[in-house]
Formats: sequence, C-alpha cells, structure tokens
Amino acid sequence: MNHRLSYFVLVCLSLGLAFLYIPILSMVVFSFNASRLVTVWDGAHSPTLKWYFALFNNEEILDAAWISVKVAVVNATGSVILGTLAGFGLARFRHFRGRFTLSAMTTAPLVMPEVITGLSLLLLFVALEQLIGWPAGRGMTTMTIAHMTFSMAYVTVIVNSRLATFDTALEEAAMDLGARPLKVFFVITLPIIFPAILSGWLLAFTLSWDDLVISSFTSGPGSSTLPMVVFSKVRLGVSPEINVLATLTIAVVTGMIVAVSLWMARRTRLEGLALR
Amino acid sequence: MVALPYVWLMLFFVVPFVIVLKISFSDVDLAIPPYKPLLDWVGKNSLAIKLNFNNYAFLFTDSLYLRAFANSVKVALISTLLCLIIGYPMAYGIARSRPATRSVLLLLVILPFWTSLLLRVYAWIGLLKANGVINNVLLSLGLIHEPLTMLYTPFAMYIGIVYSYLPFLILPLYANLEKMDWQLLEAAEDLGSRPWQAFYKITLPLSRNGILAGSMLVFIPVVGEFVIPVLLGGPNVLMIGRVLWDEFFSNRAWPVASAVAILLLILLVPFMMWYQSVQARESAGTR
Repeated sequence: MNHRLSYFVLVCLSLGLAFLYIPILSMVVFSFNASRLVTVWDGAHSPTLKWYFALFNNEEILDAAWISVKVAVVNATGSVILGTLAGFGLARFRHFRGRFTLSAMTTAPLVMPEVITGLSLLLLFVALEQLIGWPAGRGMTTMTIAHMTFSMAYVTVIVNSRLATFDTALEEAAMDLGARPLKVFFVITLPIIFPAILSGWLLAFTLSWDDLVISSFTSGPGSSTLPMVVFSKVRLGVSPEINVLATLTIAVVTGMIVAVSLWMARRTRLEGLALR
Repeated sequence: MVALPYVWLMLFFVVPFVIVLKISFSDVDLAIPPYKPLLDWVGKNSLAIKLNFNNYAFLFTDSLYLRAFANSVKVALISTLLCLIIGYPMAYGIARSRPATRSVLLLLVILPFWTSLLLRVYAWIGLLKANGVINNVLLSLGLIHEPLTMLYTPFAMYIGIVYSYLPFLILPLYANLEKMDWQLLEAAEDLGSRPWQAFYKITLPLSRNGILAGSMLVFIPVVGEFVIPVLLGGPNVLMIGRVLWDEFFSNRAWPVASAVAILLLILLVPFMMWYQSVQARESAGTR
C-alpha cells in the first residue's frame, strides 16, 4: 500500500492540527503571564505562578470542582453499568422485543441538542415532585441522573462496537467446559472487553465534568458545578485563573490519555504473544 | 438484562418528552411551577382537558422565533460544510498514513475533544478580542493599524463551532476511510484516471456513509447550540437554542420554551432517524 501522501493532504493535515492546537497552547502560555490583561504579555514579571496560587485559593472554584468530581464519579460508574448492559444486549441478542426502541434510545442522546435534553429532564423532575414528592428539589441527585442518561449512550456505543469484533468461541469453550453464563460473563467476557469499559468510564467522567447546559437546567441552589462557575466568569470577560484551570485540565487529560493508550498498546502486544 | 437500561431510558429520556409536549399546551401561570394543569376536575364527575394552542400560535406570529429557527439551520448548514472542507482532507490524510503515524495523529485529533468545550471556546475569546493575541500579532507586524473587530461577530461563532465540532466529523469519516480498499485507486490510476478523477469517482462515493454520519453529528447538535453563540457570537446572533434558554431562565415562560423544544424536535427527528439508519448500514458493513 502506498503511504506517500500528496503535498495537498499534508498541508491540510498540518493546518488542521495547528488550528486545533494554537488556542490550547495560547491558554497554556498565558497562564504564566503576570498581567491581569491576560493576553498582553508582561515580559518584566513573567513567567510567574501567581495565578496558580490564586486558583488554589479561590474557594468558589474549589467548591464547584469538588461538586463536579462527585457528580462525575457517580455518573461514570452508573453509566458504565447501564451502558455495558445495553451494549451487551444490543450486540448479543439480535432479536428481542424492544430492540429497535433500545437502539434508538441509545443513539438519540448522542445528537440531541443539550437544551432539549436539559429542559425535558427538568420538567420531568418537577412533574415527579408534584406527583410523588420525589425528588425533593433539585441538586446533585437530579444532575447525576441527567448526566447518566446521556453518558450511558456513549458507553453503549463503545461497548457495542467492541463486542462486534469479539470472538465468541472463547465464551462457547468456557460453557462447554461447564461454566455457567454468569460466570462466563465475569471470567471471560468482562476481562476481554475491559479496555472498552475503561474508555467508557473515562468518557462518561469527562462528559459529566464538562457539561454546562444540562447541569444548568437540572441543578439546584448550592450545587453549581465547575463549568457553571466558569461560564458565569467567562461571560464577564477573560480571567487569568481560567487559563490556569485550562492548563491543568489539559495536563491531566494528556497524561491520562497517553497512559491509557500506552497501557492498551502493551496489553494488545501481550495478548498477541499469548496467542502465539 | 437489558430491562434496566431500557426502563432507565424510557423513564428519563422518553417520558420527559411527553411532559414537554404536555406543558407546551398549558397556560402560563404566576405560580411554582409556572404553568397551569391540563386536566381539571370540573364539578363532580367530569374531567376537562384544556389544550392551549396559543404558545404555538405565538411562535408563528412573532417573527423572532421563525427567524431564529431559520438562522440556526443556516448556521448549522454552513458549519457542517466548513467542517467537511477542513475535516475530509484530515481524515483522508490520517487514514492513508503509516499505521504508527496513524495512531499518533488520531490521538492528536481526539485529545482536544477530551478537554472541556467551555475552556476551548474560552481560548478563542483570548485570541479574537480587541487586545487579543491575533490583533496583537497583526499590529506588531504592521499588517493592520487598528485592531480588527472579530469577537462577538458571526465570524467568531463559526470559528468556535467548527473548532469544537471538527473531531466529531473527522472520527466517523476516518473510521469509514480506514476500511477503504486503496487498490481500487491504484487500479483507476493504472487505467489512466487522474488522482482527482479517481478521488471524485471512487473515494468520495465509497465514503458516503462516513460523510453522512460525520455531518449529522455536527449538523443536529449545532442547530440547538447554546454555549458558542452566547460566548463568541455576541448579543445580535439569533439562535434557537439561546431563545429557548432565555424563555426558560429569563422570562420563566416554561410553556413557550416547551413549544420551542417540540418544534425543534420535529425539525430534527428526521435527521436523527437518518443518522441511525446510516449507522446501522455502516455497522452492517454494507455501503
């Protein structure tokens, strides 16, 4: 196969990647800028870590970040359970009543505009509260339920596509050797699709951690998440602390993605060796 | 086993739409929650159902709403087209590079997608504003003499949308192109067709499903986009997602917001069904 790319494609690829990365790099650079004007480089006093200290002393941002972490962890765990069940069902059972509905219900949240999802969930919570008295007011619980509803759709897609290339002979062998279906699932299937489940967990965490619109609709007083606080700050203009927050986010995400992909590459290599 | 996710999605994804539909037919009320019930016990044994079509009539009489709908569709179409023009060559380049380079390039495209959308949109404020990075660079190079007005214009909004949604277009397109049999292109070239001809006649038609899936992942959410128009487009950009938000949060007009949501849904559901059928065809491996 011919791997030589034409100059046209190479130029497009480089420009496209530059377009994706210049804004990110500019935030990292200006997070070390001393000037409060953010985008005007103050050469005399920079680089400095003063906005890093300012961020770590900002109670409002820290409180919001803590709420976001709690919601994101519960959401990711719940979404992985629901999404794995749905993905497994869709991949393994070709014919069951409601299959079409389930597959539609797990595809629609991927493209549904967030204002619609947010509004509809809020109206559901209000109606439920009138009807059965639960949930009493809105807060972290309602927000987590809302996040799980769209995050699980992403997990379903990931798990479903992993199972599409799954060699079912392994499961059949285990069953021939006398393992019960539940045991087969936990001993054979789950370890093999574990990377997909891990990706799903991380993605669900990120989706929840980043969400602004659906959180704004479904949160209550005292449960402002990090994106909600950032949004209200950004609406008033740029702020040096947000650059710091962005830099830290990018550092964590990059580290995590690189670690996970190295781990997965190693795992595939080991599996390759084991099969030989 | 599938019962749990099934019931969950029914309760938290399908039922809410029924409630939105119901409230879109209610009267506005100065109460908590700010709407009147549809069903009312009148006298002893009679139940009155009162459907109020005023919210919908209102949306069609005040030109603001129809203009917002039209503008949102226009913005979404232009954004999708821009994403295709920028994203197609990128997806193509990634799919045709060496396997080792390929996974690095793919990682580079996915990485921004994992960092917060809000923060990446925020980055563009710093680049585009009057004393922002782009103006500072152009001024110091002497290319312009006074700062350009870029922030809070439709231009800034398009940049923000294309920037945020580009990975959504590249990934499905790449997944499609990766499965392409490139020998077909070599055969075409051996038979004397020019590279552009071969691309137009072979690669483009064969990647149809990838193009459709990627475009839909951009078009549908952008029609209802809220964050980017507000932060980059400024107060004059009229988008339906923003109208819905303002009706709900600023005017507390829940029934009107619900009617907007229902109309938006009616507009988008055909595209969602199209997307699902494209996905089904793609995973079945037929083209």
